[in-house]
Amino acid sequence: MSDMLSAAFVTVFIATVIAQAMPLMLAAVGETIGEQAGVLNLGIEGVMLVGAYTGFVVTLTTGSFWIGMLGGAIGGVAANLAMLILNVWLGLNQIVIGLAITLIGEGITSVLYLQNYTKSPASLGQQPQLALPGLSDIPVIGQALFQQSGIFWVCILLTLGLAFALARTNWGLSTRSAGQKPSSLDAAGGSVMRTRSMAVLLSGALAGLGGAYLSLLTTATFSPFLTNGLGFIAIVITMLSRGRILVVMITSLVYGLAVAVGPALQVVGFTVPADIIKMLPFIIVIVMLIVFARSSVVPPALGAPYTRGAR
Amino acid sequence: MKPTGSAPRLAQGLVRSVVPVLLALLVSGLIMLAIGAHPLDFFAGVWKYGITGSNWQRSLSLMSPLLIVAIGLIVAFRGQLWNLGYNGQYLLGAVVASGLGPMLFAVMPTALATIIVFIVAILTGAVWSLIPALLKARYGTNEIITSLVMSFIAVGVVNLLIKGVFKDPGTSTPQTTVIADTDLLPYIPGTEIHIGFVLAIVLAVVAQYVLSRTSFGLRVDIFGASPKAARHMGLNSTWMVILLFALSSGLIAFAGSIDILGQFSYQRADWDPRYGDAVMPLVFLARFRPVAAIPFVAFYAVLATGGTLASQQAGLNVDFLLVIVGLILLFMTVTEYIGERHRLGQSYLPPGLRRSLPIPVRNESERMPV
Amino acid sequence: MNTAGALASGDVISLRGITKAFPGVIANDDVSLDIVGGQVHCLLGENGAGKSTLISILAGMQQPDSGTVAIGGEIIDISSPKVAVDHGIGVVHQHSTLVPAFTVLENLMLGETGVLLDKKRAAERLAELADLLGAQIDPHVLASDLGLGQQQQVEIAKAMWKGSRLLILDEPTSMLTPQAIEHLGESIARVKAQGLAVVLITHKLREAYAMGDCVTILRGGRNVGTIGVDELASYTEDQARDAILAAMFGDDLAAAGDSASELAGAAEATLEARSIDAERRPVRLELRGVTSRAGGRDVEAEDVTLTVREGEILGVAGIDGHGQAALAEVVAGQRSASSGVVIFDGVDITRSGVHSRQQLGVRYVTDDRLYEGTVGSMSVALNLVIKRIGQRPFWRSGRIQPKAVDTEARRLIDEYGIRTPSPSTRAGTLSGGNIQKILLARELTNGARLVVVNKPTYGLDLKTVHLVREILIDFAAKGGAVLLLSTDLDELIELSHRIDVISRGRLVGSVVNDGVGTAEKVGQYMTGAIEGTD
Repeated sequence: MSDMLSAAFVTVFIATVIAQAMPLMLAAVGETIGEQAGVLNLGIEGVMLVGAYTGFVVTLTTGSFWIGMLGGAIGGVAANLAMLILNVWLGLNQIVIGLAITLIGEGITSVLYLQNYTKSPASLGQQPQLALPGLSDIPVIGQALFQQSGIFWVCILLTLGLAFALARTNWGLSTRSAGQKPSSLDAAGGSVMRTRSMAVLLSGALAGLGGAYLSLLTTATFSPFLTNGLGFIAIVITMLSRGRILVVMITSLVYGLAVAVGPALQVVGFTVPADIIKMLPFIIVIVMLIVFARSSVVPPALGAPYTRGAR
Repeated sequence: MKPTGSAPRLAQGLVRSVVPVLLALLVSGLIMLAIGAHPLDFFAGVWKYGITGSNWQRSLSLMSPLLIVAIGLIVAFRGQLWNLGYNGQYLLGAVVASGLGPMLFAVMPTALATIIVFIVAILTGAVWSLIPALLKARYGTNEIITSLVMSFIAVGVVNLLIKGVFKDPGTSTPQTTVIADTDLLPYIPGTEIHIGFVLAIVLAVVAQYVLSRTSFGLRVDIFGASPKAARHMGLNSTWMVILLFALSSGLIAFAGSIDILGQFSYQRADWDPRYGDAVMPLVFLARFRPVAAIPFVAFYAVLATGGTLASQQAGLNVDFLLVIVGLILLFMTVTEYIGERHRLGQSYLPPGLRRSLPIPVRNESERMPV
Repeated sequence: MNTAGALASGDVISLRGITKAFPGVIANDDVSLDIVGGQVHCLLGENGAGKSTLISILAGMQQPDSGTVAIGGEIIDISSPKVAVDHGIGVVHQHSTLVPAFTVLENLMLGETGVLLDKKRAAERLAELADLLGAQIDPHVLASDLGLGQQQQVEIAKAMWKGSRLLILDEPTSMLTPQAIEHLGESIARVKAQGLAVVLITHKLREAYAMGDCVTILRGGRNVGTIGVDELASYTEDQARDAILAAMFGDDLAAAGDSASELAGAAEATLEARSIDAERRPVRLELRGVTSRAGGRDVEAEDVTLTVREGEILGVAGIDGHGQAALAEVVAGQRSASSGVVIFDGVDITRSGVHSRQQLGVRYVTDDRLYEGTVGSMSVALNLVIKRIGQRPFWRSGRIQPKAVDTEARRLIDEYGIRTPSPSTRAGTLSGGNIQKILLARELTNGARLVVVNKPTYGLDLKTVHLVREILIDFAAKGGAVLLLSTDLDELIELSHRIDVISRGRLVGSVVNDGVGTAEKVGQYMTGAIEGTD
């Protein structure tokens, strides 16, 4: 059991937890903003894959992880354009469009990847590190936490910034009202279309970032169907967090823990079948859904297209 | 529900169903061009490998599971229950056939074993749907999410079974024991199409009759149109949710078991044909009518049968089919939008579905102020 | 919080030739009128006369097909609600535009343009407006926790948030108790004193006379009469009533007779139903200490005890959303009772479901005609027999019998005068009045003994309102029992033999409707229970 407590082991464990939690967190924050504005995006799985793929390609081409992350965000926005135009603007069925985005995202990234990268598997190289002076010298935790990539810190700041914005700014208030009662926003002189459009684009950018984080930092490569249901877990996390981004962050960490436990056990000598490791997050999620079923409340206007006058 | 009939209306409805497919094929061709593949090779390959020679028989064999999955989806969708856990439900049914099948065939007559396999598969699927159904009925938890999550769990369970208790000790790859040809479903005389095809067609006709002509079908439609109305009419919505979910999930699992006993004869770990993803847009196009789904399923069966080889030939891989399916979904909503504006044909069933997720509860006075 | 609209008394907002058509109906037909600062301008007309459309145009929710709006002589194009707000046009809509999950302050700040929420300044502005309105509003309480009177004060504050020039109130009194209406009147007077123009929309003549400085009457989308400030001031109440009624109903007045003035809320309502000797009649329905439980968001019925006798109409008065739906459903069998007993014709039916109660003769006309009472995508015929699903002769061994359904449908369509192109027309395409007739036809025939009706005339045109009330009176006269839940006090007084008052799910008082002062008594029960010390 001494292995379990060794400093190196804990360092790796914490780093794994973070690496697994971050993509989910980013995607769930994106989904939260979308849902708060009244748009449920079932396409998030596909958006993440597109983000993961574009991020991967851009990083390979430019050699910069930072530009790669940007590429992922842009890819996510592009993938979400279908939701923007067909649902927010034309008021068509969110479920059908969401599923279409997921299917197309899965299909196209798989086709493109196998077409371009199977013959010569590409490697991304060393990710940028950002050692925070002083803090990163703290034993065990310091290494795991404060020697993360700068991208990690930017993503954390971004998330905290959005949490603040959603709670304390006029933009946040408008966004939340678009999901609660769009007619109120309209009557107050705000624009439901503009508010929802911004939320959907932001949501796409964040899901794309989540995907790119996954392919660039967590797994350090792309493969077809890389997300394997992570987008749907993000939707569940969003449902359970009821629009509170800090709760999203904590639940994502719990997910990271659940995923990191498998490999950790393996280090200690328990062999856990890979299938169980893959299933575990879903089992945890369904248990959470059963336990917290009563409290998984969604905004009242979620899924309802808004037409002025028809209300 | 109500008498249709007039020929022009039928024609318009047909247009609205076929146009999305054509547009999707067109745009997917453009995408192929854009990524440097050869659309003409692809479509020629689909024709060649999907229809010519005896390939049409393979396509018809594929129709059997696809059509039963379609009926399963229709049953749930008509009640406005979005059972999207079809991949897991299908695999569960399949693994019952591939795992339990060989054990049963060893000890009892083929016919009896086959029936037991079917029953166990259906029950497994039905039981697996209980969690999403109960959460939906009790707390209104979004069934899309719960059924999807249960599907991912099912995939894991199936893999564990295939690598564990159901593993064929004779091979090193994780797969189940191959079922002997004599224990598989018989062919339709003179063809190489197993009788699952006939079964699927019969099921479609029966389902069509039940859904459109009986009080049960009307109850499903009321429930689908408005759960609030259903409650008002005295329908027990808890039972309705559980029953429809169980029927839907059971049928999809049944499709899995038929596919193993009719076609594949064994199952490998990590195998997932994802039929449901492909069938889902088709049932929308068929406007949730089982019989109307037959031609659409036939179309996709050819596309899928021919598409596997054709996509390789065209410089793609088989996942490109997902793109085509996704495009059909997108164009379906667009066609619907345009059709709605110009009142072409009739719409894809209940108004609640046409708009979006939860039907907002509205008061009459909140309509257009006049 | 820029003060866009200057508060100049005598400022004129003029509408010229406003025309707006919707498919199949002209909502506004060449309407012109002037709204003057420092005056309360009443807009009268029955449902469907075009009041709401006119307001939507002023609020920027709709654009007119032709015609202009000018403020102080300058023509403005109100292309969106934002433009309306910027010009100082504030609207209190008939249906709350507050977000229930937001606090009062958050609701008021919605639509602000700065980056950060400025709660401090918002609280100051609220204090200012509360002072002006003579209201006390806790800025940090959730909108959903406010009483209706307070909600309305917040709505008014919201409409005046950016410094209003024109305040429009759309049917502000329809949900209020008589006492709260008085309070509203005081607030309006204070707003007027500030020099703002106020437009008050109502269909009650009494209120127009009591609160208004001038009156414009709409009928069929047209401006059919205006009574100017001096003219109205010179009239007695009776003269004003006659002038308004003449304009409202035109040539129909003679035909409509007394009922027109009653429906228009000109006079105090009186009991129309034939009085009965209740004590000697057998009890049809009895609730003993019934508490409902469904776990939804609705207010539940709490410890309700009541009786309805044969031939009796029992009214239940209350502010909307105070447990009426729960009470109705627990009688109809749609909601279960967690305690107490429901007795029908002497038999305990607490445990029986919708179907068996239906067969016994317990019927329910819900207030949600469109999404609960009918299935809009199904035919009128199916909707007429839908509660007898699976029963002979409409279904035989599970199979539908189209001929039997059709015959029954035609019979009911004739009997109740449902205007539909054919029995196979989708119910959802009919007008509200005809949909309500479908419900009544289905619920009141075929062995009905007790009917629960919830807001039976809400949102209907006057003719249908009259018809529906006749049908209910007739049903009772023939020995049926009616449990009438309504928010319309006049309707309750006109129909009910007794009126119970419901508040927060409890019955808080009972009034025998024997003529004098019923409204005040009911109002007192409602006020005492709802507004507390306010």
